[in-house]
Amino acid sequence: METMLLKGNEALAEGAVRGGCRFYAGYPITPQSEILEYMSWRQNEVGGSFIQGESEIASVNMVFAATALGARALTSSSGPGFSLKQEGIAYWVSAGMPAVVACVSRYGIGDGFIGPGQDNYWQAVKGGGNGDYHLLVLAPNSVQENMDMAYESFELAEKYMHPVLILSDATIGQMLEPCTAPPMKEYDKDKAPWALKGTPIGQKNKVITDMTYNQDIDEWNRDYIRKMRLIMETEQRWEEISVPDADVVFVAYGISSRIAEGAVRLGRERGLKLGLIRPITLWPFPRKAFARLSDSVKGLVTVELNMMGQMREDVILASHWRCPAYSVTTAQRIPEVEQLVCFAESVLNGSAVEEEVF
Amino acid sequence: MLNEIICTGFGGQGVLTAGKIIVYAAYKKGLKVTWFPSYGNEMRGGSANCNVVLSDQRIASPYVNHPDTLIELNCPAVDRFEPAMKPGGYFFINSSLLDPAREFRGDITVIRTPVTEIAQNLKNEHAANICMLGQWVRVLEQFSKDEFLRCMGEYFDQLGKGKYNARNAEAFEAGYAFV
Repeated sequence: METMLLKGNEALAEGAVRGGCRFYAGYPITPQSEILEYMSWRQNEVGGSFIQGESEIASVNMVFAATALGARALTSSSGPGFSLKQEGIAYWVSAGMPAVVACVSRYGIGDGFIGPGQDNYWQAVKGGGNGDYHLLVLAPNSVQENMDMAYESFELAEKYMHPVLILSDATIGQMLEPCTAPPMKEYDKDKAPWALKGTPIGQKNKVITDMTYNQDIDEWNRDYIRKMRLIMETEQRWEEISVPDADVVFVAYGISSRIAEGAVRLGRERGLKLGLIRPITLWPFPRKAFARLSDSVKGLVTVELNMMGQMREDVILASHWRCPAYSVTTAQRIPEVEQLVCFAESVLNGSAVEEEVF
Repeated sequence: MLNEIICTGFGGQGVLTAGKIIVYAAYKKGLKVTWFPSYGNEMRGGSANCNVVLSDQRIASPYVNHPDTLIELNCPAVDRFEPAMKPGGYFFINSSLLDPAREFRGDITVIRTPVTEIAQNLKNEHAANICMLGQWVRVLEQFSKDEFLRCMGEYFDQLGKGKYNARNAEAFEAGYAFV
């Protein structure tokens, strides 16, 4: 195990390489360009392929092709670049391709800004492209998790033959922290059972396309929904900090969860019983964490870098309205630890308001 | 132990690098560290800063809202960051670019060092950031001089810039020696 000081984006790229990624295609966009830059020399070192596509659309489809040939393949983007990839990702889902995409989120609608955002939660978690799907969405909140999640993402995708999205953000991507690199995984693309390899004349060739083209649609639907239910049941992950006796529980992922963790500590120093549920998978959303909550909880508070409190919907679904659900939404601004503690106080003294924005 | 630092200056003055060297040295000492950069779209000449957190425990937020140590290499940053400082904090100022009549809050320690001048005297103008690190190490004594110099050398070696180590060490020593 090697320990190094890396930027989050570099850690994500290195984690993917160590997890067996030997094909990367992407297109530059801030704040994820370090992934592309890192892959441009690192793939060369490990005998993989790096392509800067002519666009996001080209890159996402190159990854489709590489995955169809059995390779562990990654693309990455942010903001409008991630939007451009949605059509391609929907095709991955339909073809049952275990490809991986990383989105280093930036704030804003359309072009937006280059700082961190969590305003593409709905896009990332609820589908993004057309059709009936969720991606398996992992939400790292440290440089180490960027590395670890990229490392395991291919095996997770292959377990379900379903794409994985690593939803990082501009802060986690740009910050420097120490991280420990796991050993290089051995992976042979020619042994991938789904890989296209060419077929002798006279034998039926394998086709990877929208699976609904060459399979009975009802049969396909049945297997697909079974798979999605299995993921929902099996893959929920979360971290809890000081939850069992908490009166107010923050719910936050990515960079917001780091601020919320600071607020839990500061609140506890002042005698307030605060806790944090940090979803590690955003889909499946960790509903099980909410089923275990004590009845004494006076409020759940999502902390989100958006305006509409997008994750609050999932918190309400998971908690079945057992207690009020609030959102601290700070749009493009990073909340201050003090601000979150003040909000928790307002929940405790009854002055906080549940606001609907949709 | 929790140490929250902001390094600030114009893009090109090496404030992001100064923060990275601190982080590297603290990391080598076994501390938990985070470093986060902030700069405008224009890199050179715009304002740049980095937030550095050092701790012996897991670090929650990498953002520094109220620094206990401020290292600044230009003037506009003085007005911007002084009000946010924690009482009892240390403000390391490049006095080469500071209005001598400027007054400061009474509850912080202000350390004036003419790092631009010191670096110019060494014919190494770009090393004002390194001079400031020398002063920072001397005043706060979180690292011994030798320990920090060794880490700084290693840091530049890893970037393939080890050939400047002697020049950088000279700038560091000059900043360290200024009283």
